[in-house]
Amino acid sequence: MPDSRTIIAHQFDDPVQQHESSMLGMWVFLATEIMFFGGLFAGYTVYRVVHPAAFEAASHHLNLVLGALNTGVLLTSSLTMALAVRSAQTGKQRNTVAFLITTMLLGAAFLSIKGLEYYQKYTDHLVPGTSFSFPGPHSHGAEMFFYLYFAMTGLHAIHMIAGIGVVGVIAIQAAQGRFTPAYYTPLEVTGLYWHFVDIIWIFLFPLLYLIGSRV
Amino acid sequence: MTSHIAPVKLYLTVFIALLVLLAVTVAASYVPLGRFNVVIGLMIAITKTFLVMLFFMHVSYSGRLVWVYVGVGFFWLAILLALTMADFLTRWWPPFLGR
Amino acid sequence: MNTEPTPLLPREHYLSGQYGVKSWLLTTDHKRIALLYLVSVTLFFFLGGIYAALIRLELLTPYGRFVSDENYNKLFTMHGLVMIFFFLIPSIPAVLGNFFLPLMIGARDLAFPKINLASWYIYVLGGIFTVTAAVTGGVDTGWTFYTPYSSTYSNSAVITMAMGVFITGFSSIFTGLNFIVTTHKMRAPGLTWFRLPLFVWALYGTSLIMVLGTPVLAITLALVGLERIFHVGIFNPAMGGDPLLFQHLFWFYSHPAVYIMILPSMGVVSEVIACFSRKKIFGYKFVAFSSLAIAVLGFLVWGHHMFVSGQSVYAGMVFSILSFAVAIPSAIKVFNWTATLHKGAVIYQTPMLYSLGFIGLFTIGGLTGLFLATLGVDVHVHDTYFVIAHFHYIMVGGAVMGYMSGLHYWWPKITGRLYPESWGRLAALIIFIGFNLTFFPQFVLGYLGMPRRYHTYPPEFQVLNVMSSAGASILGVGYLLPLIYLIWSLRYGPVAGPNPWRATGLEWQTSSPPPTDNFLETPMVADEPYNYEDMDSA
Repeated sequence: MPDSRTIIAHQFDDPVQQHESSMLGMWVFLATEIMFFGGLFAGYTVYRVVHPAAFEAASHHLNLVLGALNTGVLLTSSLTMALAVRSAQTGKQRNTVAFLITTMLLGAAFLSIKGLEYYQKYTDHLVPGTSFSFPGPHSHGAEMFFYLYFAMTGLHAIHMIAGIGVVGVIAIQAAQGRFTPAYYTPLEVTGLYWHFVDIIWIFLFPLLYLIGSRV
Repeated sequence: MTSHIAPVKLYLTVFIALLVLLAVTVAASYVPLGRFNVVIGLMIAITKTFLVMLFFMHVSYSGRLVWVYVGVGFFWLAILLALTMADFLTRWWPPFLGR
Repeated sequence: MNTEPTPLLPREHYLSGQYGVKSWLLTTDHKRIALLYLVSVTLFFFLGGIYAALIRLELLTPYGRFVSDENYNKLFTMHGLVMIFFFLIPSIPAVLGNFFLPLMIGARDLAFPKINLASWYIYVLGGIFTVTAAVTGGVDTGWTFYTPYSSTYSNSAVITMAMGVFITGFSSIFTGLNFIVTTHKMRAPGLTWFRLPLFVWALYGTSLIMVLGTPVLAITLALVGLERIFHVGIFNPAMGGDPLLFQHLFWFYSHPAVYIMILPSMGVVSEVIACFSRKKIFGYKFVAFSSLAIAVLGFLVWGHHMFVSGQSVYAGMVFSILSFAVAIPSAIKVFNWTATLHKGAVIYQTPMLYSLGFIGLFTIGGLTGLFLATLGVDVHVHDTYFVIAHFHYIMVGGAVMGYMSGLHYWWPKITGRLYPESWGRLAALIIFIGFNLTFFPQFVLGYLGMPRRYHTYPPEFQVLNVMSSAGASILGVGYLLPLIYLIWSLRYGPVAGPNPWRATGLEWQTSSPPPTDNFLETPMVADEPYNYEDMDSA
C-alpha cells in the first residue's frame, strides 16, 4: 500500500508502474554492462585460444589466496546487500543502514586486497610496459595476459568504486527514513547493480586465476 | 507492489552454497584435467551466477520481461564471442596454398 | 480541402509559459529536450557538410591542389565521425523519437525524463571533445580508427576524438534505454503492441541496437586510447596483438549502427506513406516484426566489412550468407510500402515526396549492398567509391530523406505552424536531383576502380568526379533551403491546427503545439492503427 512517503514521479500513473519501470530500466542497463565488459571478454577469449600455455603460466603468477579471499569478500557483500533490501522490505530501518554500511566496508576490503595484489604485480615486474619481465618462451603471451588482467580487473574495480559511492548515498537516504516497505526502489535497483558487479567477478576469478591446473 | 519477501534462511543457504562452490572451483584447479579445467570453472561460475540472479537479484519472482532482458544480455555476448571466434578458430583450415 | 475556420494557436502549450535559458537548459520535458537536440544535430549536420564540401572541392582535380595528403585524411575522417555520431545516429531518435514517442503512446513524458536531459548534456560534452579534436589538429585515421595506425602510429588527436565518441555513445545508450522502458510500461489503456504506430516499433528496434551495440564500441575505443597512452595493448602487434580483433570489436557495433541510422527513417516512411495514400499500411505485422528482425540480424553480419582483411575464408562465407539474410526484412518493408501505395489516394506533399524518394533511393542502396555482401564481388569493390556510393544512398538517400520527411510531417505539430509547401516541394526536388548527381557517378567510379580515401586519382576519372562535385553543390543548396524556410515559418507560417494532414495517431489528437503534459486527459485507444479508410468515409 502506498503511504505518504511514496513519491510518484509526474510521468507515472501509479507506484506499480513507477517501480516496474525502474526495475526494467536497471535490467536494461545491466544488459549494456554485459556488453561493455563483453568486449574485454572477447579479447580474452581470442588470446587465450591463441596463447594457451602462456596464459596458463602467467595465471600461476597470480596470488590465488588473495583472489579466492576477494571472491569470498564479494560474495559476502552480495549477501549483506540482499539482506539490506530485505530489511527495507520489512521496515527495519536500522538494519538496512547497518547492512548497507557493511556492504560498503566489504567493498572497500575488496579494493584494498586488489590494491595489494596490484602492488605485488608491480614489484614482480608483471605490469605490461617497459618494466615487464617474464623470462622464458611465453613472454609475449604473458604480457598479453597481464594486460587483460589489469584491464578487466581495473574496469571491475572502477565499477566497484562507483558502486560503493552509490551505496553510500543510499545508506544516507535510508538513515534519513526515505525508504518504507512500500517504497524502496532506489535501494532495490542499487542492489541489482551491486550483484551484477559481483557476477562479473564470479567470472573473472576462474578465467584469470584458475587457468589450467596448479599441479 | 507484489514483492516477495524471502526468508533470511534462504539468503543464508544461497550464500553457503556460493562459498561451497568457491571452494570446489579452487579445489578443482588443483586437479589436472587438461581442457576440462576451463569447462568446470565456467560451469561453476554459471551456477553461482544463477544462484545470485535467481535469489539475490529476485529474478525468480520477476516478470517475464526481466527474464527476457537477462537472457538478451547474455545471448548478445554469446553472439560477439561466437562469431569472433568463428574467424580466429578457422584461420588455418585447411592449409591453403602459401600458408 | 478544409472548410473549417482558420485555426488558432492554443493559448498554452509546451513552448509558452516558461521562458528563459534556465527553462530550456534545466527542462525535463521531452519535447523541449527534442528541440535542444534539433538545434545541436542541425549544427553538426552543417559542420559535417562543410567537411563534405571541402572533400568535393579537393576532388575536382586529379592531383590534389588544395590540401595535403594528411589534411585530406583529416577531412574525410572528420566528415565521417561528425555525420555518423553527431548527426545520423541521434537525428531521428533524439529529435523525432524524443518528441513523439510519449505522444504516440498517450503518455505524459518518457519513463526517465532526467536521464533524457542527461543524455543531451552527454551528447553536448561529446561534441565539445569532437570540436576540440577538430581544432587541435583533427584526426586522420578514417572514422573507422583501424589499428595499429590509430593506436600507435597516427600523430593526430585520436584520444580526444575517441573520448568524444565514447562519451556520446552513452547519450545513445540512455536514449535507447529510456525508449525501451517507456514503450513497455507507459502505453495508454487499450494501446496494445499491435495498435502501436510503426514508428514506435522502429524506435524499439533501434533502441535495442543502441543498448546492446554501443557499449562494445565504447570499450573498444577505450582500449585504443589506453594503447596510445601506455604503448601496450591487445591490438599491439609487438605483443602479438591482432589488428583484426579491433576490427571485429569495432564492426560488432558499427554495422548495427547503420541500422540505428536507417530503422527510424523506415518508421517515418511507414507513417507518411499511410497518411498520404489515405490507406492503412499493407501487412502491418510484417512491417512491425521486420523492424525487430533487422535489429537482431544486423548483429550477425559485421564481418562483411572484413572480407579482405585477413579474416578466415570460412568466417567470410558465414558473414556473406548472413548479410544476404539481413536484406530480407528491409525488402519486406519496401514491398509493403509499395503495396500500400497501390490504389491509394496519393497526395504529393513535401513529406510524401521525401518518403517516396526514400523508397527509391534506399532500394538502390540496399541492392548495391547485396553486391557488397557477395564475397567475390566485394574483393573487387572493397575500399572503392562503390562502397561510398552504396552507403550514401542509404544514409543520405535513405536516412536523411526520412529525417526530412518526418521533420516536415511533424513540423506543424512541433511548432503549431505550417511550412511553405511550394518551397518544401522545391527543396525536395533539388535535394533529389543533387543527391543523385553527387552519388550515382560514384558507383561507376568505384566499379572502375577508384579507391576511397585518396585525394589523387587517374585523370580519366575526372569527369565523373566533377559531376559528383557539381551534384554536391546542388545538394548543399537543397539543404540550406529548409533551414531558411523552416525558421521563417516559425513566425510567418500559417497556423496549422491540431491535425492539418488528417492523420491517424494519438499525436494528432492533441493541440499543435501540444500542452506540456501532452494531453488534457489520458487517451483511451480502441481503434486499429492507420484507419484512414474509416476516417475518410466518415
